[in-house]
Amino acid sequence: MSLTFLIVQTLNGLQLGVLLFLIAAGLTLVFGVMDFINLAHGVQYMLGAYFAVTFYSLTGNFLLALLLALAATLVFGTVLEFLIFRHLYGRDHLDHVIATFGIILFLNSAVKIVWGAAPLSLPIPEVLSGSVLLMDGLLYPVWRLVIIGSGLAVAVLLYVFVNHTRIGMLVRAGSTHAPMVAALGVNIGRLFTLVFGFGAMLAGFAGVMIAPILSVEPGMGDTILILAFVVIVIGGVGSIRGAFIAALLIGLVDTLGRSFAVDILRLVMAPSPARTVGPALASMLIYLLMAVVLYLRPTGLFPARGR
Amino acid sequence: MVTEPALAISGLCKHFGGLVVTDSVTMTIEPGELHAVIGPNGAGKTTLINQISGLLTPDSGSIVLAGRDVTELPAHARAKLGLARSFQITSVLTGFSVLENVALAAQARAGSSFRFFGNAATEPALNAAALAALDEVGLADRAKTAAGHLAHGEKRALELAMAIVSKPRLMLLDEPMAGTGHDETERLIAVLDRLKGRFAILLVEHDMNAVFALADRISVLIYGRVLASGPPDAVRADPQVVAAYLGDEME
Amino acid sequence: MTPATAAVAAPGTQSFRLGIIIPALIFALLAVLPAAALATAHDYLLDLFTRVMIFSVAACALDLLLGYAALVTFGQAAFVGLGAYAVGILASHGIGDALIALPAALAVAGLFAFVTGIVCLRTKGVYFIMITLAFGQMTFFTASALAPYGGDDGLTIASRSTIAGLRLLDSPLSFYYVALACLLVTFLFCRMLVVSRFGRVLRGAKENPVRMTTLGYAVYRFQLAAYVVAGMISGLAGFLLANATEFVSPAYMSWQRSGELIIMVLLGGMGTLYGAIVGTAAYLLTEEWLSGVTEHWKVIFGPALVLIVVFARGGLIGAVGAVAESARRWRGD
Repeated sequence: MSLTFLIVQTLNGLQLGVLLFLIAAGLTLVFGVMDFINLAHGVQYMLGAYFAVTFYSLTGNFLLALLLALAATLVFGTVLEFLIFRHLYGRDHLDHVIATFGIILFLNSAVKIVWGAAPLSLPIPEVLSGSVLLMDGLLYPVWRLVIIGSGLAVAVLLYVFVNHTRIGMLVRAGSTHAPMVAALGVNIGRLFTLVFGFGAMLAGFAGVMIAPILSVEPGMGDTILILAFVVIVIGGVGSIRGAFIAALLIGLVDTLGRSFAVDILRLVMAPSPARTVGPALASMLIYLLMAVVLYLRPTGLFPARGR
Repeated sequence: MVTEPALAISGLCKHFGGLVVTDSVTMTIEPGELHAVIGPNGAGKTTLINQISGLLTPDSGSIVLAGRDVTELPAHARAKLGLARSFQITSVLTGFSVLENVALAAQARAGSSFRFFGNAATEPALNAAALAALDEVGLADRAKTAAGHLAHGEKRALELAMAIVSKPRLMLLDEPMAGTGHDETERLIAVLDRLKGRFAILLVEHDMNAVFALADRISVLIYGRVLASGPPDAVRADPQVVAAYLGDEME
Repeated sequence: MTPATAAVAAPGTQSFRLGIIIPALIFALLAVLPAAALATAHDYLLDLFTRVMIFSVAACALDLLLGYAALVTFGQAAFVGLGAYAVGILASHGIGDALIALPAALAVAGLFAFVTGIVCLRTKGVYFIMITLAFGQMTFFTASALAPYGGDDGLTIASRSTIAGLRLLDSPLSFYYVALACLLVTFLFCRMLVVSRFGRVLRGAKENPVRMTTLGYAVYRFQLAAYVVAGMISGLAGFLLANATEFVSPAYMSWQRSGELIIMVLLGGMGTLYGAIVGTAAYLLTEEWLSGVTEHWKVIFGPALVLIVVFARGGLIGAVGAVAESARRWRGD
C-alpha cells in the first residue's frame, strides 16, 4: 500500500462520486419536484452512452457525438415524460415503481434489438487519451480527470442555476410546494417536463462520459441506478446539495473500501479469510453506511422538504 | 386521601421557528371534570392537544396523566395509560364497519394484539363493549355500516364512541361539533352531558352554547397563552376575555 | 366493497363469496393438474406449475406487506435468496436434510428481516422503498462475493433435500405435492393472520397510522412483526426454489426479481392473497409462452405492465370482480 496507490484510488473515488452525482441530481430533482420515483433513470444513462456510440460512428467527432447525444437524451426524456410519466404524478409510489420497471424491461430489450447484445465501445478523443504525471511516480489517465472536472463544473452550474436564476427559483419552490406554485400562475406542467428532461440529459451526459472507460451494454444502467438511489436517500430526497455530498462520500467510501478492505482486514485476521471476507464486506460497506445514516436521520442528511 | 388530577400540565412551551404556539401553559383537570379550552383560530388549541396526546413534542414543560409523568412517553404508550382523543378533522377508519372501528379502539386496551389466530371481528367481548359505546352515542343501529358511508355528524359521534369505549382516564376532544348541523350538535351535547362526571374531558370547541352548557371550568387560549381560567360565569364576565375573544363570539 | 378487501369481507357479501370460491377453485385445479399433465404427456407442466406455486408462496408473503400492511418493499427477493442459500451452503457442507435446512432457511431469512426491518421501518414512503431495495442489493452483492459458494456463477446442489432421511422430494410428482402443501399452508396461515387481532391492527395502520397510534398501538412493532413473518415465508419459498432447481445463484436476490414479485402480486390484485397466486401464474405462464415466441419478449411485456398499472389497478381479480358485479346487476339481483 503506497501513497501513489492511495492517491489514485482517491481520485477514482472522486470520479465515481462525480458520476453518481450527475445521475443522482436528476433523480433527486424529479423526486423532489414531482414526487415521482423514476426507476427508469438508469436507462437514460444507458441511452446516453448508446446514442453517443451511434453519433460517433456517424460523425467521427467525439464532441459532436456528445452534443448530439445530449440533445437526444433530452428529447427522449421529454417524450417519455410527456407520453407516460405525467399521467402518473400524484399516484401511489407503487404505481411509479411498476410503470418505470416496465420501461426498464422494455428499453433494455429494445436496446438489444436496435444495437445488438454485444458490448460496444466509444474511443476517448485523441488529445485526451493519454495519462498525465500528477506527481513523482503517479500517472493518471487524463480522461478520468476530465470526468471529475466536468462533473464538478456541472455541479457549480447546477448550483448557480438553482439558486440564482428565476427558473431555478421555480424549481426550488416547486420542490417545496408544487400546488402553490401552480396557483401562482406558473405553468407547472411545463416546469415538470423541463425538470424531467434536464435530469434525463444529466444522466445521459454521465453515460457518454463513462462510455469510453466501461463497455456499453444492455442493463449497464441497472447497477449504477441502485447506487444513485443510495446517494439520494443518504443525501436527502429533493436536495441537490445533499446529492452532491452523498455522491462524493459514496464514491470515496466504495472505491477506497474495495481497494483497502483486504489490507485492513489483514491487520486483524489471516490473509486467506481476509481475501474471502474482504470483497464481500467491501460490497456491503455503502449499504451499511446508508443503514447507519437512515437510522439516525430517517429522511437523509439534507432533506429538501420537512417530510 | 387526595385523588390526583386526571391531567396536570405545567409550563408547556412550544415554538415553530420564531413563532411561539404554546406559551408556558399550565392547567389542571380533575377526574370527572369537563374542562373546555376556547380561543380564536390559530390560538394553538390543536397544537396543545397534539402535545398532550404525544403527537408533538413540547420544547419544555411537563405533562402528568393521573399522577404519571408522560412527557417522555410516545403517543401509543399514553393511550395505553388511559388517554383517548378525537380529531378535529374526522379520522375514522373508513374501510372498516362502524362496529369494527370501536372494537379496534377497545382491542388496544384489552390484552395483547399480537395474536395471529382467531377472527378478531367475531370476538364477543370486544363487540359487546363496542356496541355499548355505540349505544351511548346513538349509533348502535349503524353498527354494520361502513364508516366511510356515515354522514358527517355520525362520523363525529363515531369518534366519540372510539374515545369512550376504552374507559379512559382523560378524553381529549378536538372540536367534536365541527361542521355538525343543529340537531346533531344538540345530540352530541346530550351525549357529552351524560359522560360528564364519568371521565375527565378536555374539550376544545368553538360552539359557545355547547361550551357554556357543558363546561365545569373554561380556559381561554390566546396566542398560545392561557389568558383566563375558571368557572364559566367568571370567564364570561372577565373583561380581558370579552375584549380579546368572547366579545366577537357572542354576537 | 371492492374485491381488495375480500379476505375480510362480511359474510353474505359478494366479496366474501368470491373470497371462498376463487381460492377453492385454484387449489382444486392445482390438485388435479398432475393427473391431467401426465395423462396428456405434458410432463413439463409439472415443473412449470411447481415453479408457479413456489413463487406464489413468496408472492403471498409480499401481498401481506403490500396489500395489508401498506409496506412497499422492493427487496423481498432477498429473503427468497437467503432461504435458498441456506439450503445451498448447508448442502455444500454435506448437510442435506430438510429438518435442518428448512429451519435454517426460515431462521436466516427471519433474522435478516428483523435486523434490516428495524432500520427500514424507521423510514416511510420513498425512503422505505429505496432502503429495502438497497438492502436487497446488499445481499445480492454479498452472495456474488462469496467465492467459496460459487460467487457470481452460483452453486449447484448435489441433490434435493431429504426429509428425515427419506428421499421424498426427488420425484417431480411428490415435489409438486410438497410445494402444493406448502402453498396451501401459507395461504391458510396468511388468511388467518389477516383476520386476527394482529392483522386487524395492520389493516388499520395501513389506512390511518396516526389514528392507530393514538388508540394505543405501537404501529412500528406490528409492522416489524409483519416484515419478519413475510421474510420467513419468503425463506420457505427460497428453500423450495433451491430444491426445485438444485442450484442457487445471486440472481435469486436481485432487485429485478423483487420487482417481478411486486408485479406478480399487482397483476393478480393486491390485498386478496389468492390474487397473488393468480398473478404469479399469469406472469410466469405468460413469460413461458412469450419467451417461446420471441427472445425479445420483454419488449412486449414491459409496455404491457405500464398499461396495466395505468389502467387496471385492481389486477386480474379486480377485473373478475368487476365482471361479476356487472353480471349481478344484469341479472337484477
